[in-house]
Amino acid sequence: MKTCLVVDDSRVIRKVARRILEILGFETAEAADGVEAMAWCRTSMPEAILLDWNMPAMDGLEFLKQLRREPAGHQPVVLFCTVENDLEHITEALEAGADEYIMKPFDGDIVCAKFTQAGLIA
Amino acid sequence: MTSDDIEVVRQLVHARSGVVIDPGKAYPIETRLAPVARREGFESLADLVQAIRIHRNDRLIWAVVEALTVGETSFFRDGAPFEHFRDEILPVLAGTRRERTIRVWSAACSTGQEPYSLAMILDDERSKLQGARIELFGSDLSEWALEKAQSGVYNQFEVQRGLPIRLLVRHFDKIDEMWRLSPRIRQMVRWRRINLLADLRALGQFDVIFCRNALSTFDAATRQRVLEQLARALPDDGWLVLGLDETVVGVTDALRPAPGRRGVYRPNPAHRAAAA
Repeated sequence: MKTCLVVDDSRVIRKVARRILEILGFETAEAADGVEAMAWCRTSMPEAILLDWNMPAMDGLEFLKQLRREPAGHQPVVLFCTVENDLEHITEALEAGADEYIMKPFDGDIVCAKFTQAGLIA
Repeated sequence: MTSDDIEVVRQLVHARSGVVIDPGKAYPIETRLAPVARREGFESLADLVQAIRIHRNDRLIWAVVEALTVGETSFFRDGAPFEHFRDEILPVLAGTRRERTIRVWSAACSTGQEPYSLAMILDDERSKLQGARIELFGSDLSEWALEKAQSGVYNQFEVQRGLPIRLLVRHFDKIDEMWRLSPRIRQMVRWRRINLLADLRALGQFDVIFCRNALSTFDAATRQRVLEQLARALPDDGWLVLGLDETVVGVTDALRPAPGRRGVYRPNPAHRAAAA
């Protein structure tokens, strides 16, 4: 079973995302900011990361840049999931190594469509 | 709505569009007709149906039919048919249609995501098409859907269903909370209001016809008639792409399945020879 790390400072969002991901057949793990997420990845690299942008400690963009410099940090498929919905943010995320991008609010259909596009589900 | 009112509406929709509405689904019928009633100045759905019964006003009837036949759609819906178009159909066409324009028709395309998906593929593949001339048509029964399609403006939910983020960045601009396709992609598609029940011979021939998830809303006799019309609009080596759960098998022998390609059909030479 593939693992998806859900990185978001909102407990409610993490719970919603986890429920959707479990239906899609993922094992899930949670982190509340970039620092926690990095610790998680250094222990065990997940197959997928659903990543919020604005978080305390370390934001999503900074986390992604650091992740891609880690050994094996290129492996996880990273999908941003954020309220930032302008082209500048999206472009910046893609340049930093994001694979897909979800604009909040999201629902199960959107997550399923995006995970399919990212090649995580058939 | 009373069951009598629903029956009036069902019969109208069937007569005008061939679409069969499930009489058990009063709720979606009411949800879709409420805006029509409001727009046309009726106090209730009952008043709207009453007006149709008495006056048989053609414009009003079409407003009702259109509201009830707008189909669900999304960019690159189901993925595979579009990959097939890009990887197998287009290269063959580029090789065999050097002398003339390649014509592609997205029939019953609702709000336009399907023809625009094809347009984005054509734009991406341009360098491999060896300068081939391509005409891309989008059609639907609903004027409302076509207006939206033509505007090329979609909301955040619509651009997140099926559209890869890189294509959003490449082809769309953000205007307030909406996303608008670039003029380059919009200009690739020509739009026409087409009722698939009408005589389609005047439209000419198409090398590829996408007609996805419309046939399944028709009754069996209409499905056969429409499929045979679409088959006639294809050259011997043309393609018809249907919805993944739609088939010609048991409906008509004018077409036959393309081996190993779910939802893809080609004209049946034996049927053509018999008809000639």
